[in-house]
Amino acid sequence: MTNHWIDIRNSDCILIMGSNAAENHPISFKWVTEAVKRGASLLNVDPRFTRSSAKSHVYAPIRSGTDIAFLGGMIKHILDNDLWFEPYVAEYTNACFLVKESYGFEDGLFSGYDPKTNRYDKSRWGFQTDDRGVPLKDRTLKDPRCVFQLLKAHYARYDLETVSSVTGTPKEDLEAVYEAYAATGKKGKAGTIMYAMGWTQHTVGVQNIRAMAMIQLLLGNMGVAGGGVNALRGESNVQGSTDHCILFHIWPGYLKTPGASHDTLAAYNEANTPGTSDPLSANWWGNYPKYSVSLLKSFFGGHATPANEFGYGWLPRLDDGKTYSWLDLFDVMYKGEFTGFFAWGQNPACSGANATKTREAMANLDWMVNVNIFENETGSFWKGPGVDPGKVKTEVFFLPCAVSVEKEGSITNSGRWMQWRYKAANPPGSAKPDGQILMELMKRVKDLYRRDASAVFPEPILNLKWDYETDGEFDPHKMAREINGRFQRDVTLKGKTYRKGELVPSFAFLQDDGSTSSANWLYCNSYTESGNMAARRKREASGIGLNPEWSWCWPVNRRILYNRASVDPRGNPWDREHPVISWDAAAGKWVGDVPDGGWPPMQNPDGSPNPNTRYPFIMKPEGHGRIFGPGRADGPFPEHYEPLECPVDRNPFSGQIANPTAPSYATRLDVFKTCDPRYPFVGTTYRVSEHWQTGVMTRWQPWLLEAQPQLFVEMSRELAELRGIENGDRVRVESVRGGVTAVAVVTGRFKPFRILGQEIHQVGLPWHYGWVHPENGGDSANLLTPSAGDPNTRIPETKAFMVNVQKA
Amino acid sequence: MEISRRDFLKVTGASAAGAAVLGLGLDMKPLRSHAQTLKIRHAKESTSICCYCAVGCGVIAHTEKTGGGRIINIEGDPDHPINEGTLCSKGAALSQLVNNENRITTPLYRERFGTEWREVSWDWALDAIAERIKGCRDRSFTRKNDKGQVVNRTNGIAHVGSAALDNEECWLIQAMMRALGLVYIEHQARI
Repeated sequence: MTNHWIDIRNSDCILIMGSNAAENHPISFKWVTEAVKRGASLLNVDPRFTRSSAKSHVYAPIRSGTDIAFLGGMIKHILDNDLWFEPYVAEYTNACFLVKESYGFEDGLFSGYDPKTNRYDKSRWGFQTDDRGVPLKDRTLKDPRCVFQLLKAHYARYDLETVSSVTGTPKEDLEAVYEAYAATGKKGKAGTIMYAMGWTQHTVGVQNIRAMAMIQLLLGNMGVAGGGVNALRGESNVQGSTDHCILFHIWPGYLKTPGASHDTLAAYNEANTPGTSDPLSANWWGNYPKYSVSLLKSFFGGHATPANEFGYGWLPRLDDGKTYSWLDLFDVMYKGEFTGFFAWGQNPACSGANATKTREAMANLDWMVNVNIFENETGSFWKGPGVDPGKVKTEVFFLPCAVSVEKEGSITNSGRWMQWRYKAANPPGSAKPDGQILMELMKRVKDLYRRDASAVFPEPILNLKWDYETDGEFDPHKMAREINGRFQRDVTLKGKTYRKGELVPSFAFLQDDGSTSSANWLYCNSYTESGNMAARRKREASGIGLNPEWSWCWPVNRRILYNRASVDPRGNPWDREHPVISWDAAAGKWVGDVPDGGWPPMQNPDGSPNPNTRYPFIMKPEGHGRIFGPGRADGPFPEHYEPLECPVDRNPFSGQIANPTAPSYATRLDVFKTCDPRYPFVGTTYRVSEHWQTGVMTRWQPWLLEAQPQLFVEMSRELAELRGIENGDRVRVESVRGGVTAVAVVTGRFKPFRILGQEIHQVGLPWHYGWVHPENGGDSANLLTPSAGDPNTRIPETKAFMVNVQKA
Repeated sequence: MEISRRDFLKVTGASAAGAAVLGLGLDMKPLRSHAQTLKIRHAKESTSICCYCAVGCGVIAHTEKTGGGRIINIEGDPDHPINEGTLCSKGAALSQLVNNENRITTPLYRERFGTEWREVSWDWALDAIAERIKGCRDRSFTRKNDKGQVVNRTNGIAHVGSAALDNEECWLIQAMMRALGLVYIEHQARI
């Protein structure tokens, strides 16, 4: 989230699309309700009428996988009716940038497409620049090559008629949503978006979110209270685990994993540090080497020295251009190329797309380590449905771990608040906190390498700093302080001397010479000489809900990101009722939230330009919000493509049906069916309030299981009649990849869609179940979903696929 | 007057409660007499954050001060600014996650082609895993790729998880896997 949960109350219009906040983030709805009480309008777009819909002023149905068509229509509505927030768009976004002549778009393809590799040459989409390399701009937005004019041309095709024929949303519902949301383009008004996996789990997942981010920029909703782009993240610490980058492509703090061509630390830093010749651009990532070197100092402590490039060469590198994502990982495992596997606090046998492939892949392993609280479908895959344990060679180690209240440490919520948790009891039996298991396991590995003179490349293992314990127990405070970072020697900075061992006050003090460590620069300032900031518990007495002294929030306790865009060029808040920051000209400083940098506003009080200012979008080298996004794999503007499996054989927006850059795989289990009469219905997956993720933590609990005891498939009355199904019947749901048996729930919450003149049905299933427990509770809905994904992130397309439904 | 729930309990629990309670402008006597019957009266309070979705609701866990130090209750933290004491169905059931007879409390091992789990000691399990890590890493370690570029990676092991861990554990887990040379490192955030 760029903003945070309580800030939702400051909104004038809330769009819930691609999520179901009322049921899946129930307490977030407290703040939605508060906004509605204060006069906000609530809009909900969803294939199914949910409890979020029930509370909305406007509910608009949509066929799964057509969000870009819907949002493209909104962009056209905003532009056709002059509803964009003109000063914001002209000053703070790249709408005024001139795009190279080599950029073009024709019949669903952007320029630079190579059909042999299914990739684009993105250099075709850059900006026209002056001789210093600074983008040329037309702040009047009239130049035919400026982003604003290209945007208009791109979305001219997204008229109500065509959008409605693709999404299945009635035209009057489209108009109602567009009008209500676009009204937030007025000065002082804010609109917000609450989205989740309903937007991300598509072959166009990234572009779904980009489309909304563009709308937020057009309406001036970024940086302001009650605005922003807000992902409702689904796991208690998925924000923190992403920040610390348990991911193939990034190191802690969103630093890049090195590629094979980065053979030295200097080459690595050079490749990842953007430059700018524009004196008004802060270009924050220009600090990259300070963060990478400080991270290496945390990895290897005293072993990291300038002479050995701080241990850079000890860490693994990726082949350039190759991806190692979830879908790749299980594809490689399916092909038998792994010996060992850790499934640590995760149940991939149920959570990954195309579960049959995932489960079969595991039988090719020699050993697996499964760390969890309960028995689950991953650790016990060798005795799953249709599996003969006598034929499965995999050794499995199951290690029981503590639950959250049995250990101490922090987690980071969706609003980036890092909150400290205390230990309330010991784990049962001999179960251990994950941190303790990690410490003990790695110490044993280190011992093995220490004892073996012929061990292969032992340096990274022996030199890894691994002293985060007190009296033999994992000490989360020691780790939290290392994450913040320390001075490695006496250093004088900005006129003050910091002693060796002192905690670094904030990332502005980090250095690229080895004089500081910080295991994650984004969390530098979270645990300082003033104490553990995440443990703070002082509530805000008045204000807009920032609660700056409750816990801590990255970066540097900034509660609303991009907040320098919440003010006009002279530093006065666009919305005087909900000021995030404002410029105190007399004192020469910002007041309010921690600003996105302390530079003065763009203009002096008399309106003259201030040469000491910086553009507000400091993380981009051009300093402007990107309406045109030349960095994405599938194009600088979102374009509607159908899901890889879809019910239509044409796309009225272009001749291109599916995303031409979407990755898919080629094993015998990677099969897809579009417009196949055997799989005529659109399928999607979702969650219920009473269960969580694959259900490992909730299916074993009596109250929750009683409330939601088994897998169901929800369908319209019309579809039930068509198939002769009664409410409560046991039915079989099948895709070309697999099937599940479920109880039919026949409701008026799904309705048939009218798509390109045809009646199209959609069904939905929760994905919380698995064969281990409860007995006859049903298996994972991911047995149905396809292992294809988004070209930018490789997230699987688990929200739109094709199925059949019939009585069991 | 601002008063947190914790202060409120202190006030109502004090022997000179009458005057302080009057200061709140409310008659707290019925509430106080009810509170005295609650099983959490003598429990230790620990604040925590719910372990399910990422709203980050505050909870209070009540632990027995005597006996086995068992958690006897978990409820919403009324002082927490996000949830102000409220919880959803999952959060309200948190004590059943902790006190659950189905939890596994001893390491388990399933041998090759085996048909069941057997209980093993931590020492045995961690030693066995460490040996397998080393054996697999040393066999599958790749110093250079096909182009002859230095890559220093372990191709034979993959890792997934976990967004369920604390931040401090997340950092440790990625550091361990990267030091071992793994490149196939993924978790919930990808899917």
